[in-house]
Amino acid sequence: MTFTLRAGLLACAAGALTASAASAETITIATVNNGDMIRMQKLTDDFTAKNPGIELEWVTLEENVLRQRVTQDIATNGGQFDVMTIGTYEVPIWAGQDWLVPLTDMPEGYDADDILPAIAGGLTTDGTLYAAPFYGESSMVMYRKDLMEAAGLEMPDAPTWDFIKEAAAAMTEGDVYGICLRGKAGWGENMAFLTAMANSYGARWFDEEWNAQFDQQAWKDTLTDYLDLMNNYGPPGASSNGFNENLALFQQGKCGMWIDATVAASFVTNPADSTVADKVGFALAPDKGLGKRGNWLWAWNLAIPAGSEKTEAAKAFVAWATSKEYTELVAANEGWANVPPGTRTSLYENQEYLDAAPFAEMTLESINAADPQNPTVDPVPYVGVQFVAIPEFQGIGTAVGQQFSAALAGQISAEEALDNAQKLTTREMQRSGY
Amino acid sequence: MARRVSTQRMALNTAVAWVIGLLIFFPILWTILTSFKTEAQAIADPPIFLGFNWTFENYIEVQERSNYFRHFVNSVVISVGSTLLGLVIAVPAAWAMAFVPGKRTKDVLMWMLSTKMLPPVGVLVPIYLMFRTLGLLDTKLGLVIVLTLINLPIIIWMLYTYFREIPGEILEAARMDGATLRGEVVHVLLPMAVPGMASTVLLNIILAWNEAFWTLNLTAAKAAPLTAFIASYSSPEGLFYAKLSAASTMAIAPILIMGWFSQKQLVRGLTFGAVK
Repeated sequence: MTFTLRAGLLACAAGALTASAASAETITIATVNNGDMIRMQKLTDDFTAKNPGIELEWVTLEENVLRQRVTQDIATNGGQFDVMTIGTYEVPIWAGQDWLVPLTDMPEGYDADDILPAIAGGLTTDGTLYAAPFYGESSMVMYRKDLMEAAGLEMPDAPTWDFIKEAAAAMTEGDVYGICLRGKAGWGENMAFLTAMANSYGARWFDEEWNAQFDQQAWKDTLTDYLDLMNNYGPPGASSNGFNENLALFQQGKCGMWIDATVAASFVTNPADSTVADKVGFALAPDKGLGKRGNWLWAWNLAIPAGSEKTEAAKAFVAWATSKEYTELVAANEGWANVPPGTRTSLYENQEYLDAAPFAEMTLESINAADPQNPTVDPVPYVGVQFVAIPEFQGIGTAVGQQFSAALAGQISAEEALDNAQKLTTREMQRSGY
Repeated sequence: MARRVSTQRMALNTAVAWVIGLLIFFPILWTILTSFKTEAQAIADPPIFLGFNWTFENYIEVQERSNYFRHFVNSVVISVGSTLLGLVIAVPAAWAMAFVPGKRTKDVLMWMLSTKMLPPVGVLVPIYLMFRTLGLLDTKLGLVIVLTLINLPIIIWMLYTYFREIPGEILEAARMDGATLRGEVVHVLLPMAVPGMASTVLLNIILAWNEAFWTLNLTAAKAAPLTAFIASYSSPEGLFYAKLSAASTMAIAPILIMGWFSQKQLVRGLTFGAVK
């Protein structure tokens, strides 16, 4: 009798546990390791409190590992993730393949019209939004105000490349290098910077017939000026420097100027990590007087793969994480300086944010100055500012980046690098049927 | 006649061995030291070796952010499971090739080794699709199977080499005494090959523990081992070197401790038959 009672109670308990587990829907989110995303993970109690039927599982990975992992999963319809963090490069390509769920019927109250037009433009295909931006960034000039003053120069809000060269020469002294730029090979490394710089020089990756353009004078001018800047006024070993290496150099007072992602502004002005936190000024990315600036446009976005079986729960999460209310939640917990930047117009109308983030206005101006639909001086058949939104670009961009990095390391000349870039790009595009 | 080694020569040899040992160990030591620094100290130029304020902040943050224990359990299950499954398959295979070699045994051995020369990414998509169809994605069973297959050539080769050192006459004597095939392997062969088996097991656990390609590509949230735990702290946009070092130290600590305590067996097994 006692045994029967125990067995019955055990069965009831097991049943209750099973029912409880079955009632909660778990969504798996693949995301990238950066400060804003980690902050979001810490604040998810707010989401689960508002959505008691949804539980969250996180898969956090380094950017390049994440990109490979989610691409492989979505291309094979693996169904491992319900929400994916993807970049501006992937969105138009994946939307074109019908791999993403259109974000047309987001939960009530979600203000999609508040998303910055420049950012929304990169995430929209045929008038439909396919991903919601979590944070956005452009690139700009970060410079040492004290060194600039000591050099007898004043940084304009919108400098030219000629001024940057003059300032780099004037600020280079001892172990302080006038300018720090990316040199590490990769489509998202040196080629992000060089493609944006080339846009301002009137260069482009392809003409309207998809012919490679590295044999044109504009690319030669771009690469020659870049190499001159780095060889004369840059740090040694720059061909292996990416964002982190330059960030470390700048924070330790070794760089007069650094042109890189606007997200770096919060790092270099943070007195806990930066020795020059109170001496940093900001300016728009330089131009050459041709109507385009050398700044890029990037956003980390949340998208729902078409293979997910939990799209409603996934939409609820995407709406929560990219809402105006979420920025207010971050501000209440961590302060306005830590809210994810670069996605919503309303954030840049908020005086509390503008007071807390001295780089806010320059970030907004930089983002607005980028146009992914018309990135170059002459017309092009592709979308994307510092990349070309075609699947072949990752491979080609990295191969070209290796040539330019080799030129920076002094292994080949600028002419050889451009010649090799032209040949390999032409070959790969022909192979791909362009 | 035993060769006499002078005291000076011995001291020199010891010093050289220590220098080489420290050089090899230095990256691990640097990782451990960095894990106790602040992010600013981690990137300081010139680098700070010992003169910094030691902090446990990185370990506390890693503990708060990640479920270390779940990753650890996954690593243990996957590495031990794949090694044991590999042994079950490899012992009969190595026995057959060592004691009943055929005309093509050498070719078979070379062919098995050649599978290690294939870049894993070459078979990633087919394996991913098979795993999806079989429902093995993000499961520990799936990783046990794939890591067994990956490390099987090494296990067979190592066991084959150890078994070859055991005189066939001993097995023959056991057979003449009426031992069955199973009895011959279990009661005669395996006890004699214990040092070799131990080093094979240890080496394969280490290889499986450190395997980062398949464990990252075939897992998501549930079966991710410590390699995925480390990958979650790496970032090309943001300085997280101190936290990454803390995560790395936590990930390698168990296998480092295991290697430390079993080094005698490892060395004995790896040099088994080298000196006659």
